[in-house]
Amino acid sequence: MPQVGKTWVLAEQHDGVPIGIVLELLTAARGFGGVVEVVTWGRSSASAASTLGQYGATKVYDVGDIGDSLAGPKVAAAIAAQVSGGNRPDAILIGASHDGRDIAARLSVRLDRPVLTNVVGIDASDGSLTTKHAIFGGLMVLRAEFTDGTPGIFVVRAKSFATEATESAASRSPEIIAIDVPDTGATDAARVVARHEDKHSGPKLEEASVVVSGGRGLGSPENYALVTELAQLLHGAPGASRAVVDAGWAPYSFQVGQTGKTVKPTLYIACGISGATQHMVGMKAAQNIIAINKDREAAIFTIADLGVIGDVTKVIPKLIEAIKARR
Amino acid sequence: MNVAVCVKQIPDTANPPALDPSDHTLVRDGKLIMDDSDSYGVEMGLQLVEAAQGGEVSLVSMAPNGETSGLRTALAIGAARALLVSDPVLAGSDALGTARVLAAAIRRLGPDLVLAGTESTDGYTGTTPVQVAELLGWPSVSFAKHIEISDGLVRVQRQTEAGNEDVTCPLPAVVTVTAGVVEQRYPSFKGIMAAKSKPVEELTVADLGLDPSQVGSAGARQLVISVEAAEARKAGEIVVDEGHAHERVIRFLEQLKIL
Repeated sequence: MPQVGKTWVLAEQHDGVPIGIVLELLTAARGFGGVVEVVTWGRSSASAASTLGQYGATKVYDVGDIGDSLAGPKVAAAIAAQVSGGNRPDAILIGASHDGRDIAARLSVRLDRPVLTNVVGIDASDGSLTTKHAIFGGLMVLRAEFTDGTPGIFVVRAKSFATEATESAASRSPEIIAIDVPDTGATDAARVVARHEDKHSGPKLEEASVVVSGGRGLGSPENYALVTELAQLLHGAPGASRAVVDAGWAPYSFQVGQTGKTVKPTLYIACGISGATQHMVGMKAAQNIIAINKDREAAIFTIADLGVIGDVTKVIPKLIEAIKARR
Repeated sequence: MNVAVCVKQIPDTANPPALDPSDHTLVRDGKLIMDDSDSYGVEMGLQLVEAAQGGEVSLVSMAPNGETSGLRTALAIGAARALLVSDPVLAGSDALGTARVLAAAIRRLGPDLVLAGTESTDGYTGTTPVQVAELLGWPSVSFAKHIEISDGLVRVQRQTEAGNEDVTCPLPAVVTVTAGVVEQRYPSFKGIMAAKSKPVEELTVADLGLDPSQVGSAGARQLVISVEAAEARKAGEIVVDEGHAHERVIRFLEQLKIL
């Protein structure tokens, strides 16, 4: 890929607040050396503009309100129309959210461009972009690059880059440019009829400094309450393995791992989690890890700073009691 | 109600995965199995066909060789037939190349609904099914955790970042399913015997009228530069709980100033 002249970051935002990965991507894109612009959509896109500017976006392309459509078809079509009309970035960075992956997939077909997914790092040091990917549950790091043409489409996992606002005045009030959505035909026929948010108190899973996660080793859905209680006592957020959310013991939005959230807390406490590679890829960047598991062969112990071989349903209640006794 | 289910045949996950040192592609020379995350789509498809009281579940798969062992598993669970696109030129295909092949195969089957896993267990790119939808010009709903069909619409409860949303979508459509969408079914002995005589049609890239330069490593337009061991995280202290391990945890929390 030639010198990176222009990078677009997809700015998924809710009620004017960009999701965390957007600020990471803007911070990373500033390091590529070229112009950084964003594409956003939704009712509150204009109110997101000042935040996006603080992180380096000099232009905000606004798809506008997409009503009850899913984001994929409309946002991909609007971007593809810009590109085919000559407004052509060298790289398009997309966060690996549910909607982000839909947009990347449809954009890839519309532009006839390949996608690099599960990106956890991007190196722009020699003027071209090479990506880092954690594979086999983070045991190996793979480096890849596109071999021809632009734009490169990159789908990046959350918590891959630090976030830092810019001092530059150039992006203080980015120009907002409305862009059109061309005819999307049948691709946009799905309708969102209702939205539900999983309610929980305390910090968000992705932002919490302490995450307490439960796995199948808890034994029963009732025991998941131990995880929630310990998380609350430590002012943290509860998380879960895939087995636990699939079984309905905790909501899907609590899932940590390959198909769930990536977390990077000060402390991660894995309770009854064996440590499948798909889980570890979502939490192994935690600064400190405590694992509690009956099975001394569990893979989670290979990455834990403190491993407790024992029954979680016995250890956690004692832990909760001891913490309460200190207050 | 005819449902096509995308099925990937992958190296047995019981064995540690390995990469070919020459081209960094996943070593696939052992026996291949059906990706466990596709079994939910197969089961969901069977239940939807049953509820509609008519139609059948077809499998769509691709492989660089004539591999069918994973497809036989899905046939044993209850799928009626399989279409396997098998061609040496498919080796090294990326997600977009794979989607081109699957879309062409699905066009021949003409199903009302296509089901696929949200991502495969071995490559987990997670873009192929929605790329298939775009190539077909169809709507798609990803991350389904519940699916029903009524009045010609597929009604999906879709996972989102913050919770979930209810989505309705006219057919034909592509829906990707999470593992929680349905209870898996395992093949019975009777099913395994019946699967041996179920039709598996094999097609080449040329049979589908696709340009070989758009698939396989030729069409991938991306290159693995290197693969290295990640900076290893070391195992730390291990304590066996004999009734007092929580005290060690408390001291750890104190060291971190969390308590």
